[in-house]
Amino acid sequence: MTKLSSLFAVFAMLSILAIGGGTPILPEMQYWTVERFHWLTDRQFRDIYGLGQVAPGPNMLMVLVIGYKLRGLAGALVVGIAFFLPDCFITLFAGRLWDRFRYSPWHAAIQQGMAPIVIGLMLAGTYAIARLSIHNALALGLAVVTCGILLWRHVNPGLLVLLGGLIYALAPVHHLIPLN
Amino acid sequence: MDSEKYLSGMQSEQAPRGRVSLPALFQVFLTVGTISFGGGAIAYLREYVVRSRRWMSDEEFLDALEVSETLPGLNTVNLSVIIGDRLRGALGAALAVAGITVPGAIVVLGLAELWEGPLNSPRVGMFLTGAAVVACGLLTAVTLQLGRRQLASLFDLALVGATFAAISLFHLPLWLVLLLLAPVGIWFYRPTSGRLQVAKPKVKGPTEPSGISVIRR
Repeated sequence: MTKLSSLFAVFAMLSILAIGGGTPILPEMQYWTVERFHWLTDRQFRDIYGLGQVAPGPNMLMVLVIGYKLRGLAGALVVGIAFFLPDCFITLFAGRLWDRFRYSPWHAAIQQGMAPIVIGLMLAGTYAIARLSIHNALALGLAVVTCGILLWRHVNPGLLVLLGGLIYALAPVHHLIPLN
Repeated sequence: MDSEKYLSGMQSEQAPRGRVSLPALFQVFLTVGTISFGGGAIAYLREYVVRSRRWMSDEEFLDALEVSETLPGLNTVNLSVIIGDRLRGALGAALAVAGITVPGAIVVLGLAELWEGPLNSPRVGMFLTGAAVVACGLLTAVTLQLGRRQLASLFDLALVGATFAAISLFHLPLWLVLLLLAPVGIWFYRPTSGRLQVAKPKVKGPTEPSGISVIRR
């Protein structure tokens, strides 16, 4: 049985490392939950990520499902506290100190210097999910079309998620061409 | 000092407001937490907090957004902390975070329960895979939009590539990647006496996608 303390430690660590949001920590989350602790399989990780796309609110509430799957409501609660509380405290106190730092020239240096790293981490997070989910031409097509539509104009991504999920669920599974 | 001028300028632009009541604050964040399917919670928050309730000016909102993007954590949650804190202190921050996360938490746990039980079928698994596939397209679009500037500069592009390679190819732990590469980026953009960069208050256009804000030169 998964220890609640391990769940807490892993998600508190991910919380503190979440520079640039949730996507940048996806590879790290996959490493700890799948490869290191074997709490989930790759497929479960992917499906839970997909589940998180269907919910309103912050886009990483899927972490609660990981806790729930392992230890029920107590697991969900522990993961929720570990994943959200550290960042909330950091933001509360740093937000109050912000004004002193705002006009420091280092502020600009940190923002400009960190931006490429965050973009690289977001690409790595996207790649981690793509590696788990894009296994055939239909999936590749859906991802490319989604990206194209969203770059072209503003559409509610929630609608695209529902539509894409339905298309994929109704596709003739055994006739999909695997990507090599 | 320029900064003082900007500060006073910002203060004069504050939206007129009385004391926001805690139930009203909670209600707004609960509403946004319930209706913001497919992300976009930040846009909904701006709609309520700035436009409909006039609790903050656009400048204050964008300033809060910038802080929330710079600090670790999910942007939506960090933004809720800062808005809640600025309106009603720590208790306001706690209620804002509860409001924005609890509805989605109930939905996601409810779906997980259904998925384990009555909805446990290969088709549902396919649906979730499809949702993850669409999310890949979405994340790619968001990353390209946020990274327009980074993908156009040679140094930035090299750092983007190094970060991606360190994580996805060499599987280095995230803390190590941050420890190695953050100083490189920050040192490259370090303030020098020759080109002293004083960050001026940025007024972003309302259509600008939320994400990492970078100071434009």
